[in-house]
Amino acid sequence: MTEHADAGARDQSQLTQKRMLAEHFDALAHAKERGRKIVYTFVPGNVTELLGALDLLPVLPEINALQSGMRGRSVGYIAEAEKAGHSKDVCTYVKCDVGMLRSGNIGPTGQRLPEPDLLLLSYTGCFTFMKWFEILKQEYDCPVVMLHVPYQTEGTITPEMRAYVVSQLERNVIPALEKVAGRKLDMDELARRLDLSARAEEDLVRVWESARHRPSPIDGYFGGVYYVGPIFSSFRGTEEAVRYYRELRAEVDERVRQKKGPMTPDGEVPEEKYRLVVEGPPNWTSFHDFWRMFSKEGATVVSSTYTRVGGLYDTGFRHDARRPLESLADYCLGCYTNLGLPARLDLLERYVKTYEADGFLVNSVKSCNSFSVGQLLMLRKLEERTGVPGGFIESDLVDPRYFGKANIENRVQSFLQMLETRRRLGPGAPLPERKEARRSLPVLDERGLP
Amino acid sequence: MNDPAAAVLERARALVEDRKLSTVTRWKESHPGALAIGHMPVYVPRPLLEAIGCMPVALFGGGDAIDIIRGDSYFQSYICHIPRSTVELALLGDLSPIDGVLFPSICDVIRNLGGMWRMLFPEKYATYVDLPQSFEPDIGGAFYVLEMRRIARELAERGARPLDPARLGEAILRENERRAAIAELDALRREASWRCRASEAYLLVRAGGVLETREHTALIHEFLACARRRSGRPVDNVRVVLVGSFCEQPPLELVRALEKSGCEIIDDDFQLGMRMIDGPIEIAEGEDPLVALSRAYLEKGRDTASRYIGDLVKGAGLVRRVRESQADGVLFAAASFCDPALLDQPMLEAALTKAGVPHTSFKFSENMGQFSVIREQAGAFSDAVKLWGAEGAAP
Amino acid sequence: MRSVIGIDLGSTTTKAVMLDEQGETLGFGITNSRSNYEVACAVARIEARTAARFGMLERALAQDGNARVWLGPLRDAFRLELFMVDLADLRHTIEGHLAASQRPDRKTLDAAAAHVLDVIAAGAADGFLGGAARRSDFFRDIAGAGFVAEAEALARSGRVAFEPLVALYDRAILDVETRLRPRDTRALLDRALDRIRAMPGAAGAADTLAWAVAHVTRQPIEEVAVVGTGYGRQTLPFPKAAVRSEILCHGRGAHRVFPDTRTVLDIGGQDTKAIQVDGRGVVTSFQMNDRCAAGCGRYLGYIADELGLGLHELGPLALGAKKAIKVNSTCTVFAGAELRERLSLGQRREDILAGLHRAIMLRAMSLLARSGGVRNELTFTGGVCKNPMATRILRELVDENYGADITLNVHPDSIYMGALGAALFSLDDLAAGTVPELPSFVTSHGTEVAS
Repeated sequence: MTEHADAGARDQSQLTQKRMLAEHFDALAHAKERGRKIVYTFVPGNVTELLGALDLLPVLPEINALQSGMRGRSVGYIAEAEKAGHSKDVCTYVKCDVGMLRSGNIGPTGQRLPEPDLLLLSYTGCFTFMKWFEILKQEYDCPVVMLHVPYQTEGTITPEMRAYVVSQLERNVIPALEKVAGRKLDMDELARRLDLSARAEEDLVRVWESARHRPSPIDGYFGGVYYVGPIFSSFRGTEEAVRYYRELRAEVDERVRQKKGPMTPDGEVPEEKYRLVVEGPPNWTSFHDFWRMFSKEGATVVSSTYTRVGGLYDTGFRHDARRPLESLADYCLGCYTNLGLPARLDLLERYVKTYEADGFLVNSVKSCNSFSVGQLLMLRKLEERTGVPGGFIESDLVDPRYFGKANIENRVQSFLQMLETRRRLGPGAPLPERKEARRSLPVLDERGLP
Repeated sequence: MNDPAAAVLERARALVEDRKLSTVTRWKESHPGALAIGHMPVYVPRPLLEAIGCMPVALFGGGDAIDIIRGDSYFQSYICHIPRSTVELALLGDLSPIDGVLFPSICDVIRNLGGMWRMLFPEKYATYVDLPQSFEPDIGGAFYVLEMRRIARELAERGARPLDPARLGEAILRENERRAAIAELDALRREASWRCRASEAYLLVRAGGVLETREHTALIHEFLACARRRSGRPVDNVRVVLVGSFCEQPPLELVRALEKSGCEIIDDDFQLGMRMIDGPIEIAEGEDPLVALSRAYLEKGRDTASRYIGDLVKGAGLVRRVRESQADGVLFAAASFCDPALLDQPMLEAALTKAGVPHTSFKFSENMGQFSVIREQAGAFSDAVKLWGAEGAAP
Repeated sequence: MRSVIGIDLGSTTTKAVMLDEQGETLGFGITNSRSNYEVACAVARIEARTAARFGMLERALAQDGNARVWLGPLRDAFRLELFMVDLADLRHTIEGHLAASQRPDRKTLDAAAAHVLDVIAAGAADGFLGGAARRSDFFRDIAGAGFVAEAEALARSGRVAFEPLVALYDRAILDVETRLRPRDTRALLDRALDRIRAMPGAAGAADTLAWAVAHVTRQPIEEVAVVGTGYGRQTLPFPKAAVRSEILCHGRGAHRVFPDTRTVLDIGGQDTKAIQVDGRGVVTSFQMNDRCAAGCGRYLGYIADELGLGLHELGPLALGAKKAIKVNSTCTVFAGAELRERLSLGQRREDILAGLHRAIMLRAMSLLARSGGVRNELTFTGGVCKNPMATRILRELVDENYGADITLNVHPDSIYMGALGAALFSLDDLAAGTVPELPSFVTSHGTEVAS
């Protein structure tokens, strides 16, 4: 295949997605004049099928924030929020959103975002969500409805948890949505949409699983964040999403057939030298620089957990029209950051083994305690369980002050060179027993140099 | 000039500083086979634990008493301090009398700390207490009842007594007595702060973290009796409410520094868990005490940063507290990197500004050793309020 | 002789290590880092070559104890000659700047600068040959200290303003430092020899020394492979294939010096690294501090500035502590405020410093724990390992946390570990026949001449 044709093959699904998003933001921009109602909600635990069935349009503040980060706007927005009294210490998504709101609420396409008619607080896996909508509630004169999704401490969904979520959907969320929409929920329409969701989810899982091939035809992190675009945002449960994922899957299948590696902004990765699993969200303000640190070294991310925050499908869950509210509840409960740490560790172990990773890397972001707290322990445990080396880098979502390029590049390159050296020389002799840190009484005598 | 309350305060101080939990060890020796269950701040249903024969032990971190090495090795620099010192204490063996720990839904840090606990100490019990954020009795309330039943069941599997409504009823009554004693202490501070200063109330309330309820109530009563015998005069200090959504606790020296700066802290939310339920837990005729415990949280739970505001108005509760206690202003003291407190603060500040209540803010960490900047800031605040009232101290 | 070179471009200093094909050390070189990385690398390399020449001299004189005792003075005299060359360049540069300037006080400044430089030149011989220990061998430090001292003296006399005079130096030194001048080692050695000859009691040895110099400077040293590493890695003047991660290099270098070490702690100016290596010196895991410089050498730098002390004076002062005052924040932003407040409370400077050192080392201990703890032998490297208080506290903390049976290695040349590791990687390339293209500052001639 020629270079040109190849680029075209990549571009098709990307172009499709771009068009879908443009249409969505256009619909948002004209929502008020067209009489459409707006619901702000979060990516994890979003019940898009319900919104869609009631012809409500979702706005996802996290997506706006990350887009602002990619467009270089977040610095100013964050400064704006900090000037208004928000702490330097807290989540930069929130501050970026508050700053954007105060700067005219211009969305990623340059069009103004409509004000919400309802804030649907899908409180799933992230404490900050709760505060975020409390803050927005002060800014907008509109109702808020809470959907408290219990945390999966044990990594399992109990009937009590499911019942709690379902009763909130039935008694709080759906009535609130119906009130805004001015009509009753049509359960058949919901079922139809859940069916469409399941079909798109099936294709997305096939795309994820294509990374078992060598070379992997996809990058499951940097590329993956594009793949989850439609299904994490407003398109789950639509025909467009089904078409997009069908198209994407076909493209990926074709790359597998041609034994091609993933496409990057700099073109195709010529040789797959390292297969990595990544835990944690990416940095958005230097997204392409960050990606390039990996792609130029031939490092492909074969699987990631960030791409599971808006829904975890590759362990078997699908939306199910036969049990609509229960499956929506299970969807919310199953989002990655809603899983207890032991369950997250199990999932990472599974990815490392399934996708035969050479190493795994944690990108620990300052903003997101839900992700970050415990990652250092997970890193150690995962090394113990798999024998695969782990690496650790630190950055932030949309605050460029916390993206130290030299420091991060140093760590990434050191990590990759470490994998390279170990591969060249073999695993080496077993290490001496690790000494557990222990303490005795403090040494009090004055001692000189050793 | 002997202080009649000196002895009881000294006992409270010793209990607070007893980081190796010798009281708990002694309790366990006198209750063979019984479990000591630790819990992180802010709120857990302590009567539930007492009802099943467990000793609830409040864990408030390591303060400034220990060097943090391994604790730091598990937490990035942008995480607050309390999980570091709590892990350090556990790895030092100081928490060995504790058989399990409850991690209530304060924030993602404490939630994930619960997950880390399971991985670090697999032989100990650890669970997350998902307090309801839906406040309808048959939705959030029902869930919370089931959540408490689950915890009781899981602890029973580890040797606690099975949950019995009668015992729970008794435990709730004891909790109500404690609540009443603390309310009396709070009233004394409001009405005659020279008889009970914030730093003293701090010790007295926190000491209850390692005591059985009845003992704690007795301790407070004893202090109250002594305090009323104290001679002294009202001091011309500015009356402030201290707000920190405290999970991580400020060093006692910080509280003292604020007092010295001319700020009389007449209300605070240091160990909010002990005062979370506003008033007694009422068991209705024929009501399951567990349902009553759940209902009390839904209906009478004080608003704090880790609790969803629901239909209430953010800051309204704080403004009311300021008015009721005739406070002149509010000091915000958030722990560094504390998401709940720091995300809440701008909303509360806005409400205070709107209500014309002066306020100022600073950050702390449990192990900080220098207070001069904060003391100066609080001193300037108190001077401004004294001289010019609300307008002068406008932030 | 065929050799390989490893270069470690650090944030404050640039180091070079030269090895022969068997991996034996030929020479170490160091210079201060500067805005022009290529010059920094080139100077470090030249210094390593110079050191290699002195090593050769030492071997050549192995049998002649009488002549060998003069090698030390010869080295000092050599450094003096080098200093005089740089000083001449400084003078020339300042004159050039002034000539191009329109300032009305140009003539006054010119005369003042000339006077200052004359004084420095006159005192140089004493400084280098007087036997006193020098605080630094870097031209910038020695000349800068002399310039400021003389400028102050002049300013006190009221004949010239201090600021514009020192500004002349500040501007000129940047040019001097970023200009790569050829070093004629043979000529410098010959002039140094002349100085030795003039010294009492040297007559007997001078001819032997002269013979050895002639012999040694005739032997070619050919560099066949170079690997670079360091903090400024992103812009190292090396082809990509010749660049290795500093973490891998540090681990490898420390392991080479202490083959039983499995854990390396490196505290440099900008960052702290905890590294675990296997029995072959291959890194198995590592942890670095985040973007915050708290707890790094930089933090000690702030403290030193705050107290008006040299960085190297902090440790010895802290050793005099009676107790370590508890300091919990290692935040560079608050370091000064905390220090001032504690001093104002009447706390002893030594005790505060002990507390500050302890706070830094506690952070390092956490990083060590994060990387997997200390296994058997810990090697402490980087600029901060030269600080005796840091080393002492580390020893105590290791005892407390991992047991007193852990060996703690601190090597006087430990700042060269990164460059040594790079040189070892270079040897690997040589053995594997995959030597990358040599950087231009090695291939271009005229940078070190042995005429």
